[in-house]
Amino acid sequence: MKYIQSSVEQVRLLERFSNKSTSGTLHLTATHLIFVESNNTATTAAQEIWILHHHIASVEKLSLTTSGCPLVIQCRNFRVVHFVVQRERDCHDIYSSLLRLLRPVSYDELYAFSYNPKQNEQQREEGWQLIDLGAEFERMGVPCDRWQLTDVNRDYKICETYPRDLYVPITASKPIIVGSSKFRSKGRFPVLTYFYQEKKAAVCRCSQPLSGFSARCLEDESMLQAISKANHNSRFVYVMDTRPKLNAMANRAAGKGYENEDNYSNIRFQFVGIENIHVMRTSLQKLLEVVGSRFLSVNDYLLGLESCGWLRHVKAVVDAAIFLTKAVTVEGASVLVHCSDGWDRTAQVCSLGALLMDPYYRTIKGFMVLIEKDWISFGHKFADRCDQLDGDPKEVSPVFTQFLECVWQLTEQFPQAFEFSEWLLLQIHEHVHSCQYGNFLANNQRRREELQLGDRTHSLWAFLLREQQNYLNPAYCPTYADTHPVLEPSTLPCHFKFWRNMYHQFDRSMHPRQSVLKNVLTLKESNCQLEDTIKDLETRLQKHGISPPTPDPQASPRDQRILPTRPHSLILGAPLSRKEAQRQQEEEEEEEEVGEEVTECCSDTERTVEGSSGTERKESYSDLQGTYGAKAEPAVVSLEFGVARMTC
Amino acid sequence: MFLCSHFILTQPVTFLVKHQQRCQEMEFAELIKTPRVDGVVLRRPFLPTVEGTLCLTGHHLILSSRQDNTEELWLLHANIDAIEKRFVGSLGTIIVKCKDLRVIQLDIPGMEECLNIASSIEVLSTLDSVSLMYPFFYRPMFQVIEDGWKSFLPEDAFKDLESMTEEWRLSDVNKDYSVCSSYPPLVAVPKDVDDDTLRKAAAFRHGGRFPVLSYYHKKNGMVMMRSGQPLTGTNGRRCKEDEKLINATLRAGKRGYIIDTRTVSVAQQAKARGGGFESEANYPQWRRIHKAIERSSILQESLIKLVEACNDQSHSMDRWLSKLEASNWQTHVKEILTTACLAAQCIDREGASVLVHGTEGTDSTLQVTSLAQIILDPACRTIQGFQALVEREWLQAGHPFQQRCSQSAYSNSKPRCEAPVFLLFLDCVWQILRQFPCSFQFSQHFLVLLFEHTYASQFGTFMGNSASERSKLNLSQKTVSLWSWVNRPQEVERLSNPLYEANCLVIWPSVAPQSLLLWEGVFLRWKRSSRCLDEAYDEMVHIIQYNNKELQNKVNNLRRQLAQLETEEPLLQTP
Repeated sequence: MKYIQSSVEQVRLLERFSNKSTSGTLHLTATHLIFVESNNTATTAAQEIWILHHHIASVEKLSLTTSGCPLVIQCRNFRVVHFVVQRERDCHDIYSSLLRLLRPVSYDELYAFSYNPKQNEQQREEGWQLIDLGAEFERMGVPCDRWQLTDVNRDYKICETYPRDLYVPITASKPIIVGSSKFRSKGRFPVLTYFYQEKKAAVCRCSQPLSGFSARCLEDESMLQAISKANHNSRFVYVMDTRPKLNAMANRAAGKGYENEDNYSNIRFQFVGIENIHVMRTSLQKLLEVVGSRFLSVNDYLLGLESCGWLRHVKAVVDAAIFLTKAVTVEGASVLVHCSDGWDRTAQVCSLGALLMDPYYRTIKGFMVLIEKDWISFGHKFADRCDQLDGDPKEVSPVFTQFLECVWQLTEQFPQAFEFSEWLLLQIHEHVHSCQYGNFLANNQRRREELQLGDRTHSLWAFLLREQQNYLNPAYCPTYADTHPVLEPSTLPCHFKFWRNMYHQFDRSMHPRQSVLKNVLTLKESNCQLEDTIKDLETRLQKHGISPPTPDPQASPRDQRILPTRPHSLILGAPLSRKEAQRQQEEEEEEEEVGEEVTECCSDTERTVEGSSGTERKESYSDLQGTYGAKAEPAVVSLEFGVARMTC
Repeated sequence: MFLCSHFILTQPVTFLVKHQQRCQEMEFAELIKTPRVDGVVLRRPFLPTVEGTLCLTGHHLILSSRQDNTEELWLLHANIDAIEKRFVGSLGTIIVKCKDLRVIQLDIPGMEECLNIASSIEVLSTLDSVSLMYPFFYRPMFQVIEDGWKSFLPEDAFKDLESMTEEWRLSDVNKDYSVCSSYPPLVAVPKDVDDDTLRKAAAFRHGGRFPVLSYYHKKNGMVMMRSGQPLTGTNGRRCKEDEKLINATLRAGKRGYIIDTRTVSVAQQAKARGGGFESEANYPQWRRIHKAIERSSILQESLIKLVEACNDQSHSMDRWLSKLEASNWQTHVKEILTTACLAAQCIDREGASVLVHGTEGTDSTLQVTSLAQIILDPACRTIQGFQALVEREWLQAGHPFQQRCSQSAYSNSKPRCEAPVFLLFLDCVWQILRQFPCSFQFSQHFLVLLFEHTYASQFGTFMGNSASERSKLNLSQKTVSLWSWVNRPQEVERLSNPLYEANCLVIWPSVAPQSLLLWEGVFLRWKRSSRCLDEAYDEMVHIIQYNNKELQNKVNNLRRQLAQLETEEPLLQTP
């Protein structure tokens, strides 16, 4: 295992969108690639970049230049780093080590199985119990007089990519289920995913029927009939095929296809035209190419946005979710959603639709439940789509990323409706790819049970909930749900924006230098602390025999809260402003913590005057330190730090 | 939050009638064939329809529902950019397209009434006579605390400069506007240059706009000047006085930068028309940099295309993006910001003085000099400071507001001199504001307000094309200043940015296309229900104020109380 621990000094890190660079030391550990800036000034903290091996999508060694050997690393969280290593041999060593490290072939090699935060076994187990889908269906009002829990898939016999517990219409007997499952691709027969209690309308999901050009299946027809009968509000069921019509027709040649309206009584069939995983993969690649080019002109940027089609695809998913939502909430009709296998587009549309219909899913906990239900348990193939193990590159696709982006677009349109900020979305995205937690490993529940993830790994949800404070949306208004139970987003194209904080999360020069989100969050926390201080002062006054003035009904008693430290992130902008620091000072002890102010940064070299010496950075960006996930567990890492350096 | 209070007011109906009578007595009476129609329905996107009485007065289109609790529509005729008529049977519909980009629909029963109303609106909204403009008729219904006409006098601005440097003087060479018709009577010039030299330099510059001081950078004593293009012509005329004037601003051994806002080829072409640029040979101490800010006619076209793109209802993403791209608006924003950053960089980073000019020196030049000041000077990021900047770098500096803002994006008439030069400047400020949301004392409301008032206003501030025109119209006596309205405490509060935290540093914005956004507050303002965005904003304001005011005070009070008690009864102190 020679390649596991090594360090190379005098490595230069080139900034992506300017001509600046920093030099430092590159460390390679069993789990991370770490760049530590050589600390030339004592006043500023050295910049550190931590890259989890699992995050690395590709490593590229460019041809040797006079200054050294360039190494370009592209990450799945859209970080792109460009190192220049002085000696080619060092570069090659790192390169080949990384190549071996970033393609794990078995699950056991994934970080989740070695990741060990300071937590006892009980806490770990509790983490896995935080989300209970049985309770979630109960919350929706299922089982009820029309829908029941079925045990047909208890042993994953009917469908191995579905969870054990499935909900079906009461009138759907076991033979119907079995028959229907045989007529559906991968056995993914129609099951309930969301129940809209107010109108007793159901959102069901499945895969495409094996109809070919003419085949039919009476059990499958009875299954849809049963779904229709379970809803007295509407005489028919919508069947949403989320594929473009052409794709669905092409599938018929392979013995698959879509429902023939003549064979199914009371269905209304509808194509919604979301493209497949391959189109999405290429589209995002193109987008990243466009926005990754240096000296991008506005026209090339906009033309690139258009030609890559990414925003068009995002809008198509949102449009489909709106269609679903309207059918359910306005018409009170039940809807069956499928695509080909029913685990990509179907997951997107069902979960986004539920998010529009049900305010619960717009809370932090509810959003986790939603992902757990529609993505994890219903078998979105996270391992394949996120390339967790060395596999077929054609199976990789940013379907989940796209879903997160759709949610982000909604949070932009409804700033008060969501309990969480975009920071939660980014954090989830980070960990879907980090393989640091067990939640997203493998392709389906059955495999996860085999891997004993619940016993051997930690749950991301527990970690995120512990840090909840960081993910709060300060503008969230809990009563907004009462006035707007169902969200009706605008689908005008001008309301869909490029998600800079996702695709440029790590590109310092792109971001606002000050963050409203962070400032307001900090103020909100400071408000809580002040309220505590007031309480404390009042009790002390009471000891002097002075009762507090009539207690303010608004200032409800609060628990002693321990605030997690705010992650350093580019999207959260500059560090604390002076006033906040002063305020803290006032309140706590004489802590000499004056936040640094925003300093200047000339990001665009076009601006640099020809012949001038360029502009030196006066550094006070302390917000550039490593990734959040990596920071969470320094204990593990510092151990590895002490180990031998490269001997070549 | 965007509903501007002076357009939509809740007024008692009696007032309405009185107002109407007063106006009818005046010369507008003959233009208004049908002064009032009942049963008119007003339709606006995202707002409830209102049915009521439509009244036309000399300056307003008023729709009143005659119910106590519903708002009335008061629309200045001057705000109307274009109208369209449609008829279905005897029901006529007038679609009113406003200069602030809003589009409203009025359903008017009766063909004749509708036609009369439409023709009156057409005439009243395109009156050429300046003396009939609303500001001359407007009487403020608020108490003027501080007369805005006297708030930003050049003499006062110069006092600040005097406290920093003695190298400049205030010259009254243009006191009767004879040297340069678009300059104010007083301009700041190098102390060592006499008025005679100025006169000669003026003759060598486009429109007589000889180089004058625009900004003095306190940190290193470097300056930014602006002027019109030099009139070198094809045979390379030179002017010793002009050279002397700008060289007088350089410190010994230092070089300066001339930023020409035009591309090299455009500047070359200008020679054929008698214009040109400073040659290396005659200005050896200056290095010239050409940038590519478009001329005003192209900017107007860009605005029209952008607004059309924003109004596209086709729901096609590709169409939207390609239209947005084809409008080139964001390209202009980037170009202007980049040039301003360059100017600021020369001054702050290179420690060099800068002269900025384009052709006339009244458009792109002012965009650059004013934005560079926003970047460099924290004072310009305050509410008062920004007003002073607009006054100094736009109004006094002779930006022809009346010509540029007489039509907006919907107008069918052939554009003459219209161009969204100032709107682009505001857009650029908004971009910087988005990137430094805590460094500005004002919120985007202020920028939107200025946008509205440049196109249609009850105030005289943006009337006329130059200081000389404004003084001929005697605006300071006959009209009210916008600044008088803005600087009242309640308005200042409304326009304030709750996150403001004085930031004394230079702020360098990112000009990457990904960092530039479409200014939704102006261009998509009427395209969505702004209610939920407003509420979110209010919530944020609440969080901040709750902190600043209530809690802080309470803590301080309790502390004081406790401290008092503890000194009084030391024995009882908590262990």
